[in-house]
Amino acid sequence: MKLQTLSEVNIERAARRPVVVITDTANGDQRLVKAKDIATDPLRAELSKQLRMGKSGMIEAGGKKLFLNVYAPTARLVIVGAVHISQALAPLARSLDYDVTVVDPRTAFASPERFPDVPLIAEWPDVALPPLNVDHYTAFVAVTHDPKIDDPALLHAFARDCFYIGALGSRKTHAKRAERLKAQGASDADIARIHAPIGLNIGAVSPSEIAVSIMAEITAELRLPKETAKEQAA
Amino acid sequence: MLNRDEDILQAAEAWQKAGHGVALATVVETWGSAPRPAGSSLVINDNGTFLGSVSGGCVEGAVVTEALDVIASGQPKMLEFGVADETAWNVGLSCGGTIRVFVEKVGQS
Repeated sequence: MKLQTLSEVNIERAARRPVVVITDTANGDQRLVKAKDIATDPLRAELSKQLRMGKSGMIEAGGKKLFLNVYAPTARLVIVGAVHISQALAPLARSLDYDVTVVDPRTAFASPERFPDVPLIAEWPDVALPPLNVDHYTAFVAVTHDPKIDDPALLHAFARDCFYIGALGSRKTHAKRAERLKAQGASDADIARIHAPIGLNIGAVSPSEIAVSIMAEITAELRLPKETAKEQAA
Repeated sequence: MLNRDEDILQAAEAWQKAGHGVALATVVETWGSAPRPAGSSLVINDNGTFLGSVSGGCVEGAVVTEALDVIASGQPKMLEFGVADETAWNVGLSCGGTIRVFVEKVGQS
């Protein structure tokens, strides 16, 4: 790999833009395709398929065996709510290689003493979230239990197409939340994207156990094949 | 921590810029029960220092040895490991899968 290619891969990844490196494994010839250039590439069909699946793999094209190495951005977790669960969730997510950010306008909650080594933003969601460039490679959880904070945060997550959206609260709480969000313009499809009650049902009780159930659910969303993908494969 | 692919590729760039010979080994194909998916990578420098993985630790030693050859020659190589391989007695995947690993020098023109 040319040093320039490696540098470009590192630059694109730091900027959270997907990139694909195509290698002819017979002779080592290589080229890099940035996300913005895929639509005009001769291999656009193959490139977009691999990128959509987030998978690297070999293809055959023009009599050549090519390896498509897909470098998707590192998964990120945005936690709205600097609550007790978040104190367990943030370090757990980091151990799973997520870039973690915690947002909570309540400074008593969002304190460095409670969240050592975690990027904290003590601002309301309308101020804190836009500069974060929340994207499709972001998992988003709202756990404040306060509609004034959770609701605008969830609307932002819908707009940014997060791969996972979860919100704390019982079924009853969630039904009320759905009504409020719809009144603010959310669609039924948006509401259906919220995982609530949050986390896999493993009988979690303590904040740490709830954190495990949330990260297990996020992992499943990230890694398991989607229904549509299964149908296409069938 | 230096275990994410992102960090591994940054280390490769830093090593190269610091004047080291560097090779990149990438899993390009897997069959059966392989420990790491296609795209997983291992970077190696001319001291034999390496980061990342292409298996669960089963074949890294052999890949590092081949990578040092690739750093010296500049010629990329395709390696294959698996129980069906004759070398399985020496280095193979205990999980029963087969993997192909592409090894290339960083900085080749």
